[in-house]
This record gives sequence, structure tokens and C-alpha cells, in this order.
Amino acid sequence: MRTTIEELYQSAIIEQDRSPRNCRRLDAPSHRAEGRNPMCGDEVAVELQLDGDGRITDIGFQGSGCAISRASASMMTSALQGKTTAEARELFDRFHALMTGGKVEPGQLGKLVVFGGVAEFPMRVKCATLAWHAMRTALSHEP
Amino acid sequence: MSALTAGAPGRTAFDVTALRAEFPILATTSRGKPLVYLDSAATAQKPRVVIDAVGDFYRHDNANIHRGVYQLSERATLAWESARACVATSVGGAVDEVVFVRGTTEAINLVAHSFLRPRLLPGGTVLVTEMEHHANIVPWQLAGAATVAIPVTDTGELDLVAAERMLRDRPVLLAISHISNALGTINPVEELCAMAHAHGVPVLVDGAQAAPHLVIDVAAIGCDFYCFSGHKVFGPTGIGVLWAKREHLDVMPPYQGGGDMIDEVTFAGTTYAAAPRKFEAGTPHIAGAVGLAAALTWLAAQDRVAIQAHEDALRDDATGRLAAIPGLRLVGTAPRKAAVLAFTLDGAHPHDVASLLDGEGVCVRAGHHCTQPLHRRLGLPATVRASFALYNTHDEVAALARALVKVRRLFG
Repeated sequence: MRTTIEELYQSAIIEQDRSPRNCRRLDAPSHRAEGRNPMCGDEVAVELQLDGDGRITDIGFQGSGCAISRASASMMTSALQGKTTAEARELFDRFHALMTGGKVEPGQLGKLVVFGGVAEFPMRVKCATLAWHAMRTALSHEP
Repeated sequence: MSALTAGAPGRTAFDVTALRAEFPILATTSRGKPLVYLDSAATAQKPRVVIDAVGDFYRHDNANIHRGVYQLSERATLAWESARACVATSVGGAVDEVVFVRGTTEAINLVAHSFLRPRLLPGGTVLVTEMEHHANIVPWQLAGAATVAIPVTDTGELDLVAAERMLRDRPVLLAISHISNALGTINPVEELCAMAHAHGVPVLVDGAQAAPHLVIDVAAIGCDFYCFSGHKVFGPTGIGVLWAKREHLDVMPPYQGGGDMIDEVTFAGTTYAAAPRKFEAGTPHIAGAVGLAAALTWLAAQDRVAIQAHEDALRDDATGRLAAIPGLRLVGTAPRKAAVLAFTLDGAHPHDVASLLDGEGVCVRAGHHCTQPLHRRLGLPATVRASFALYNTHDEVAALARALVKVRRLFG
């Protein structure tokens, strides 16, 4: 069954937008990047703290924009706590596949699967992937 | 006379159902719901006569213009030049004052290149307004001018006292929109032209939003340049008009070089054709001009007084219904405005509002509407915009209000 846009918002987006997780600055982030979506005016900054083994010990975001971009940033930060950078990049690829209609097992995405409905609204895919792109850019920078 | 007086107050006997039947797309659905198209300020839908005119041109009259001696080329040339005459009649100008361009944006770029740049001295400015579309800001900057803006009041009107003061600084040009695409404000262009001319400042009027709503008369407005796009006035995309006073066109250098705009070409140098052909290099959008002429002819045949009353009634109905929704704030409340309503909804980002309305089949625009300086002035990152045209109905206003109440509940 196709997702209606209302179901998409009701499933998680409105709740996450209202009470976002990890919406905060880190004291001393080892990695940081910003993303902008000029169409919506969405802005997000993603900060990460990595330990010596390349494991994400803390991650936060700050930003303003539409509910989809904020909810996505919030759920991304929850999903990446404690993951290695390799796992984070793998999750990026899966999330990207979910957004662009690629092959992905629902079980591999956990709670992030609620964003699957966004793929049916191509104009909003950039909103959902904004924080993910910022995260990947941050990880590509040397600390 | 019109059917204006036949209806109840605020409503007219204008037959919108019959008019809608002329627009095939309006009978379609979006996301399984009847299409409620409220984005005509972005582009208008097309009546069958326009769609057919474009198709018929390609089926029966297609050839290049001003070149072949054969009958088909003669017919295509006649169609192109007849379209020019039709445009001239519709704006109240002379035939050789009408230059075909791709749209309003290209018209402004042409004036920036061929009129502004040769007159621009170091430090020269173009006076615009805070409500201008980026297309009436960026071309002037690209041509090397600094842009200075007439302030907009909190209700979305121009500050005319400031305008008078700023004109004393002798900008090279005053460039203003006739109707604001973001707010719907109808600007007093006649008054501003008189004011500017008193200071010796020529005026360009961006009529992109006005052409579908008002009867345009360039002489009555008193401007030097007037431009609009075909696709916003029920015609095809890719065709537009620059009307300019003959005295300006005669002294302006060409905008682009190529075929069809020359008098004689040698390797030592080239002389150019007279205006308007001097500005129309290359094979133009012939079918587009034919479609635009069909659109303007169709529009001229409508009861414009009744249409005006219908659009005003839609505006008032929408204003009333939207203002009654808790948390909804209308942006732009000028007394003289077209049926364009910009708004914000507390707690809901404009793009989320637009997506949820889309789920109900209601097409509105969200964002800065190519007016970032205006949104910065109003302290808003984005707004939702519902823009109406002659084919919209009071039922569609109700559908918009219903969908917004639903969004409000979702975010409430």
C-alpha cells in the first residue's frame, strides 16, 4: 500500500520534529560539517566525537528547517550513537538506497525505515538526506 | 455590459464552470483527488485554444521565418508578425516596439545589457524595491550596477515618500514590479513613473504577475519598458515580451548576435537590422508566439470586468477563510492586491504545509518565491503562497481552508 503524506508525518516525523534527540552542540567535536538545502532553506550542522578506534562516542545536530529534515537529523543521530565510522557509512548507503528506490532490506534500517515513504515524494528527498550528507562530509574531514 | 451586477454582493453571475471546461488539465486529479491548482503565479494553465494553436502551427504552418521565399515560410513569417501585432494591441503599444524574448527574465537581461550598461558610470545605481523578484535584481547587478531598494511597509506596500527621496539621487533606472509575485500587492506604477520622470529617471515595469490579472496599457502607465512572460498569461513557456519606447530601442545596441538581426555582415564589421529584429537573433520560438497570441486573443474576448470581480471575490473569500484559522498569519495585506495569498502557519514549516496540502490535491508553493530580500525584510525564512486565477472557484478556496485546518490539527 502506498503511504499517504499524512501517514508519513503521523508515523514519526511530527513527534521527532517537536522533541528532537541530540539537538545540541558538542563540547569538543572531532568532526563537524554543515549542510544547506537552498530550496527549503533547511540548514543543519552535524557534530561528531570519535574515539581512537573510529567509534562514534557522541553525535549531535543543530539546525532549522522543515519537519522532515529535523526529524531525519534527530533519528540519524540516535541511530549512529556508538557505531563505527565504517558502520555509519554503510548506514548512509542503505538510507540513501531507501530514499532513491534502491534495494534495501527493511530490517537493516531499524527505526529509520519510517522514512521509506519519503521516496514517494521526490521533491522532499533532499530534506530527508540533508543531515546524512552533512554527517558523511564531516567524517571525510580529517580532525 | 458585464454580468457584474447580476450576482449577489461579492459574487457574480460569471460562469466559471464553462470557463474551466476550456482548460483540459483542470479536469484531472492529483494524488487521487480533484486537482486544486493554486499556483498560477508560478505558471498559469492553458486553455484548449492555446494548446491547439501551438499544435496546429506545427501541423500546418511550420517553417522558418524571414528566410524562405516559398509559401509555407511566408505563412510562418505572417504568423510570427501577426503575433507581434496582437501583443502590441494587447498592451497598447506600436508593433515595432514589441520585442519577442524567452520571458520576463530575458527581457530584463536585455534591458540591463543594451540600455543600462551603456549609460552606467562608476557608482551608478538601479532603484528597485524590497519586494522585487530576483529576476528584477540580479540582471542589474550582473550589468555592473549597484541595486538600491525602495522599502516595503509591514503591510507589503511601497513607501512612496522614500521612493521620492531615493529618486532624487538620480538612479540610472527605476525597475519595479507591477504586481508582487510574493505578496500580491498592486503597486501604483503610474504614480511611480510620473515621479521618476520628474527626476529624469526612466522606468522598467516587470509585468509578469500583472498581465494575467489586469488590462495593460503602457501609455497610461507611462513606463519606458514593460515586460511579461507568455506562460503566466495562459500562453506557452519559452516566449515573452519586452515592450519598449521606440526612442529607446532605436539607440540600444543588440543584445545577442546571430542570424536574422543583421542588415549586412562583412568581416570588417556588421550593420544591424532595425528594432525590434535587431534584438531577435537566431530562430525564435515561433510556435510560442503563435500560442501567446492565441492566449491574448482568448483573454481579450473574455469579460474582463466580470473576471476582475470574480478574482477579487476569490481573494476576499480566501482572505476571510484563512484569517479565521488559528495560528495562520497572512503576509501582505495591502488594500490593493491581486488574488495572491502568502501566509505562515504556527509550528509548521511552509514546505511541510505544502507537502500535506499536496496530499489533498491542493497545489501551492512554499519557499521564498525568488524574493529572498523581501523575506529577509519580513523576518521570515519562507512562506506558503496560494495564487488564484480566473479559473479558480470558491469551492477550491474552501478545499484549501479545509486542508489547512487538517494540517493545523496534525501539528497542533
